[in-house]
Amino acid sequence: MDLTCDFFTLFRLAPRFRLDVAALAARYLELQNSVHPDRFAQAGQAERRLSMQWAARVNEAYRTLKEPLARAQYLLRLAGRDPEAASGALAEDTDFLMQQMEWREEVRQARQERSMAALRELRQRLAREVQAQYEALAARFDDEHDLAAAVGQTRRLMFQEKLRAEIDDALAFLEDAEDAENAGA
Amino acid sequence: MTLFQISEPGESAAPHEARLAAGIDLGTTNSLVATVKSGMATVLNDEQGRPLLPSIVRYLPDGTAQVGYEAGDWQAKDPRNTIVSVKRFMGRGVRDIAYGEALHGEMLPYEFVDAPGMARLRTCAGVKSPVEISAEILKAARARAEAHLGGELAGVVITVPAYFDDAQRQATRDAARLAGLNVFRLLNEPTAAAIAYGLDNAAEGIYAVYDLGGGTFDISILKLSRGVFEVLATGGDSALGGDDFDQRIFCWVLEEARLPPLSSEDARLIMVRVREAKEFLSRHDKAPITVKLSSGLTVDLTLDARTFATITENLVARTLRAVKKALRDAKLLPEEVKGVVMVGGSTRMPQVQRAVAGAFGRQPLNNLDPDKVVALGAAIQANLLVGNRTGEDWLLLDVIPLSLGLETMGGLTEKIIPRNAAIPAARAQEFTTFRDGQAAMSIHVVQGEREMVADCRSLARFELKGIPPMVAGAARIRVTFQVDADGLLSVRAREETAGVEAEVTVKPSYGLSDDEIAAMLKDSAAHAREDAQRRALKEAQVEAQRLIEATEAALREDVRLLAAEEIARIETAIARLQTLILGDNRREITLAMDDLAYETQEFARRRMDQGIQRALAGKRVEELARGAASAPPMPAEPSGAFAPSGLPAPSASEASASRPEKTT
Repeated sequence: MDLTCDFFTLFRLAPRFRLDVAALAARYLELQNSVHPDRFAQAGQAERRLSMQWAARVNEAYRTLKEPLARAQYLLRLAGRDPEAASGALAEDTDFLMQQMEWREEVRQARQERSMAALRELRQRLAREVQAQYEALAARFDDEHDLAAAVGQTRRLMFQEKLRAEIDDALAFLEDAEDAENAGA
Repeated sequence: MTLFQISEPGESAAPHEARLAAGIDLGTTNSLVATVKSGMATVLNDEQGRPLLPSIVRYLPDGTAQVGYEAGDWQAKDPRNTIVSVKRFMGRGVRDIAYGEALHGEMLPYEFVDAPGMARLRTCAGVKSPVEISAEILKAARARAEAHLGGELAGVVITVPAYFDDAQRQATRDAARLAGLNVFRLLNEPTAAAIAYGLDNAAEGIYAVYDLGGGTFDISILKLSRGVFEVLATGGDSALGGDDFDQRIFCWVLEEARLPPLSSEDARLIMVRVREAKEFLSRHDKAPITVKLSSGLTVDLTLDARTFATITENLVARTLRAVKKALRDAKLLPEEVKGVVMVGGSTRMPQVQRAVAGAFGRQPLNNLDPDKVVALGAAIQANLLVGNRTGEDWLLLDVIPLSLGLETMGGLTEKIIPRNAAIPAARAQEFTTFRDGQAAMSIHVVQGEREMVADCRSLARFELKGIPPMVAGAARIRVTFQVDADGLLSVRAREETAGVEAEVTVKPSYGLSDDEIAAMLKDSAAHAREDAQRRALKEAQVEAQRLIEATEAALREDVRLLAAEEIARIETAIARLQTLILGDNRREITLAMDDLAYETQEFARRRMDQGIQRALAGKRVEELARGAASAPPMPAEPSGAFAPSGLPAPSASEASASRPEKTT
């Protein structure tokens, strides 16, 4: 095993989208326990250096495999398909794009009205939708082995996760503003 | 502990006598030293039996320094040469400090000298950097530990606020070096507290550590499970602490007593009384503040608990906002937190206790001395890292507090490693040129969460030169960020188009350059040049001995991984180094160490590989076989010493539109 082996091989997991999160977490701890720099505090320089590189690699692998979107993108990249490079793939998907614009408009409005309730409601609705998308994506990857469809699905999820992050940011901003007001009062 | 057995029975390294290690809590107001004695972590007292080492340094005209209580006695009489709370200036420029002063409405009695990077202070013993001043505190801590333990320390763990940025961490490391300490690890204060608390209470589940010290505030959310301390998120404010509460009382005194502008002596005098009043209010409803000023005026006031709570309300609120943010980052709700560990003397204030209880909906845990718990945790970790295993092992997984990135076109920040990423971390990203024939790219490394570079902390700037002439957007410049287990960053950039390579590695130099440190080591405390050289030789000898011991231990464990001739080569290199250690040629020792390191490189790789194989051995054999049968193609990743993450590079069109760096 060397530093450039892929993340699934590193974690001894089959390269699939559906994965056992508990097993992933357990492997992560086992690996860190054997490579972490704290285990090599008294070792020679070469070993300390290697240990840091491995620990960084294991952290990166864990982060990538743990998050479903990062995992999907990674699987596609392993298969030689880069969802980020596939620009224009969504151009035909006008329904999706229209829907995205509607979402965005709703978020903008809620933020403008400083309505945390509306943002929370949007967040919940989006979470349900995203969940359904991930289930569909799992089917593309693991059941149908349809990578072309998986690229499209992943690109959609990239949009939606970005939207989710925006809602989170807007909520955090409003919460902080509210706290600051209360403290000032 | 069954989960983490490190070496097989009968395979452990040969028994050796316990090596001396200590944990140092280098605090804003007070520092502490602790060590593990016969399995128990203990804070080391001074000769008068006092556990605290006040973080106060007074310089004398003859160039010597007093540290601790001795220096504290001079706070009011010699304020300019008596530096308190120097931690607040670590890794900070004059402008940061001036901004802080304005923000807190205070006036510091020091004369600051602007210097590139970090501010310096003019004292009667010359211009001193915060790193040098902190080194004096560390030297005192070291002396205390060595007097107690009766020998030289093999190494220490020094704690830093989790929210310290790279410049502040680097400055702390530099101070330790100046104090002649071998630092095993910089450990985040809340994490240290969690170790002391967790091991003591066999705690499991999600815990929050609320750490309000003299000058810094940290909040960390950790997952504790058998043998693992995993930091999920951290947050805070590296310029918020007990000092700010003092300042609020101080301002209240000025207002209530309608005092005219004060001399720095009088200001210090009031400040000392203010601190006493604050501490008094932790146990009483009201506190008297009586001060006789040099002008003949007398201040005679009474501060009650309710007024104190009111004038400090928004300070407490600021900590709660950071708590919320950390919980959000960890994707957790307050009710999912099983316990809140209180750390730092400032958490004794009743209004803080009440606020934390309210925020988490549960009473915070106060069963450990909030002043000592960080030092105890550091000592426990130092004991583990020095190799004095007590049979029990644990693993500590920490994160970086603030995102690391670089400046792109238009003064925007491009984040490379996000906050709360687990460390060590390495991540790479590709950039390209903006103009045709662009031969150099300037790389500006920043830390912070804001979108505009101007709002983030600047860590380092360097230039990548020698990019071959190409049209705009054709060059592929891979920038790799690496954060080590101390949370310290190094950055490198490489131009990767066919056959051409230019590379540069930087360490942020916001602290001090290596030359500056070397110069300070030379100048320090009336040591002659000869002395510095002797010390450098000694350091090399100690380091070489360490390397030999490590190599021999590795050979004992895993000699079967080597062919006979490899063993012979390593043994020759050891023998040569062993001979040179006895001599006094530092250069030769260093060269021989390099040789030995070179000869053991492959051995180290095989050992690491074996460790990984072992970690996964015997687990789910069927899945293992399945994984191997359908092994996916290897990702096309450039080989490099840092094993870059292989994040997908932005597409060419995207890169030229939004990601090029400015030219020089």
